[in-house]
Amino acid sequence: MTDTKTSSLVPSAVYDRLRRRRAAERRFRFYGLAAVGLALMMLVFLFVSIVRQGYSAFTEHVITLTVALDPAVIDPEGRRNSQSLSSADYQRLVRESLAALFPDVTERAERRLLFGLLSSGASHRLRDVVMREPARIGTTVVIETPLDDDADRFLKGLVSPDVPESERRIKDRQIVWLKALHAGGGIHNRFNTTLFTAGDSREPELAGILGAVVGSFYLMLTTVVLSFPIGVAAAVYLEEFAPRNRFTDLIEVNINNLAAVPSVVFGLLGLAIFLDFFGLPRSASLVGGLVLSLIILPTIIIAARAALKAVPPSIREAALGVGASKMQSILHHVLPLAVPGIMTGTIIGMAHALGESAPLLVIGMVAFIVDVPVTPLDPTTVLPVQIYLWADSAERAFVERTAAAIMVLLIFLIAMNALAVIIRKKFERQW
Amino acid sequence: MTYRASNDPPHGTVGAPRVEAARAKLTACNVDVFYGEKHAIKDVSLDIGRNEVTALIGPSGCGKSTFMRCLNRMNDIIDICRVTGTITLDGEDIYDPKIDVVHLRARVGMVFQKPNPFPKSIFENVAYGPRIHGLASGKAGLEEIVLTSLKRAGLLEEVKDRLHAPGTSLSGGQQQRLCIARAIAVSPQVILMDEPCSALDPIATARIEELIDELQHNFTIVIVTHSMQQAARVSQRTAFFHLGELIECGMTEQIFTNPLHRLTQGYLTGRFG
Ligand SMILES: Nc1ncnc2c1ncn2[C@@H]1O[C@H](COP(=O)(O)OP(=O)(O)OP(=O)(O)O)[C@@H](O)[C@H]1O
Ligand SMILES: [Mg+2]
Repeated sequence: MTDTKTSSLVPSAVYDRLRRRRAAERRFRFYGLAAVGLALMMLVFLFVSIVRQGYSAFTEHVITLTVALDPAVIDPEGRRNSQSLSSADYQRLVRESLAALFPDVTERAERRLLFGLLSSGASHRLRDVVMREPARIGTTVVIETPLDDDADRFLKGLVSPDVPESERRIKDRQIVWLKALHAGGGIHNRFNTTLFTAGDSREPELAGILGAVVGSFYLMLTTVVLSFPIGVAAAVYLEEFAPRNRFTDLIEVNINNLAAVPSVVFGLLGLAIFLDFFGLPRSASLVGGLVLSLIILPTIIIAARAALKAVPPSIREAALGVGASKMQSILHHVLPLAVPGIMTGTIIGMAHALGESAPLLVIGMVAFIVDVPVTPLDPTTVLPVQIYLWADSAERAFVERTAAAIMVLLIFLIAMNALAVIIRKKFERQW
Repeated sequence: MTYRASNDPPHGTVGAPRVEAARAKLTACNVDVFYGEKHAIKDVSLDIGRNEVTALIGPSGCGKSTFMRCLNRMNDIIDICRVTGTITLDGEDIYDPKIDVVHLRARVGMVFQKPNPFPKSIFENVAYGPRIHGLASGKAGLEEIVLTSLKRAGLLEEVKDRLHAPGTSLSGGQQQRLCIARAIAVSPQVILMDEPCSALDPIATARIEELIDELQHNFTIVIVTHSMQQAARVSQRTAFFHLGELIECGMTEQIFTNPLHRLTQGYLTGRFG
């Protein structure tokens, strides 16, 4: 034997086999590591690109204006009733207060450019102040109002001044004014509360995800209230009570098939049944929840059945052996042991439902809805659909808001999955 | 289906599978058990005497557990299992559709071959049966039942400081005694024990055997065991199974000193099994 590594105790054939086995193990470990590494890299790439695109949406630039509340403009007839107050020309007041800061801008076209820096939301904000305190008419008030999205993007450094003027939405004159305002302290950057307190809007600086978040919440609520009890009851019946015959085999196969049916198909089903046949309101989260319940029911049933099946038969025998009825053995012993598995399956199903958009588009949840829904019957949009709508918008400022909405959605998803892990751990640790 | 009168000697079985009708607690007549196609118990007729210990012995896989599980209809929960023949408890056919299986199992308790405590506290394990049957009056009554059951199973000393620890945290032998305590807590009339001592050390085994001696004054006991010495020590009657058939049955002393069938002889002298 010439191989120096071969000890005299180990015959060379055995040594060779050992070496080959170790090499195979190393190779296998390497494949695994490489796969995990690749998956992690993709994930990091996804997160980094979303965060890079979206972090700027969490702040906004606001302008501080001192507005003289001229009674002659707000309420020329002096009636002071809410109707005349709400229809007054606040836009003029806001614009005049901005123009007062730049007295040398007089030409019509230039003035239009100057006013373009303001968000159309400014006049609403002023109106809110006046409606709340009509006594302040005749005095001056200081309001903070968002800048137009193009100005905001420029101040955030998202618009390069090197681009020729004709290809930017923000013009050279406006840049000069913005810089002057910024230097004078008239503009500052703050946390973008609008994003979390407003519904959708055509104007990016006025658009928020609250409507979508509330809509998604109602959707999830409807889904879990419907699909959890039905799913668990179906699983318990199929696993514990149903006789094993061709019919139950057929049901089993069909449930597995349903879990694999594309969700759009469920959307079409929902359209035909809930909207056309039952005439439920369009764009309501209730209908969305009904459709999503159908989609995740198979997932919950399969997960719950697996969890029930995993409860050792000896536990059932033990319960039956001391004279528990079948019902008692299931309720007292089998179900509690299956809870972690059932909960995990349900939460994963819910997370799946939260991110679902295709079936919701089919049942018409793509409408542009400004109001935040109050009940599950109100028309609403939901997070994934909001993302879809914003991603489709022409305004560049919606790009960052899309990414921000994706981040919010991801945070919800991560929270739900973490909850699933915690529940599983908690119940496992108990015994 | 025709049944032979219970006093007919069943063919194939030698010895005395029957006892006087008045002394019989459980009577099995021409029982056949099938697991799907597999014929696991073949035409077994056997009486279990009141307030005595009957030992079922035989090589592994011969159907002792299967036969025992027929006695409290535990086989019902196995889908593929089919039982024919009659088994009566105090003259009442336990396979009668009118019988309440839950009530039957409360009267015929069982200790399984593998210890299977509930994943709950030691206290809860024993208290569960009395609670669902409403045997205890109030909290103190329940505690009383739990403590006496644990004591009779010879477990109380070891667990009295940790009654609320999980039952699954006990050792294998302790778990088996916990299962015995759980079975006697519902005061059944018959206790079926499937190799209750297979996981126990000699001291714990001796304690279980003492328990069996004590219990037989009030209970009827059927025990499956692989230990010939144990069968000889605790039982009054012994039944020897082989490949699903009841080969021989009789008084324990007679079986161990003077077996009638050559298969019994072979098994007892260790030539097979
Ligand atoms: N659930 C089941 N399904 C199918 N066959 C079974 C089932 N349980 C037992 N059997 C078969 O029935 C026969 C008798 O089994 P049983 O458990 O009664 O044997 P045993 O005498 O208790 O053996 P051991 O001493 O090993 O416990 C065996 O051949 C076994 O394979
Ligand atoms: Mg057995």
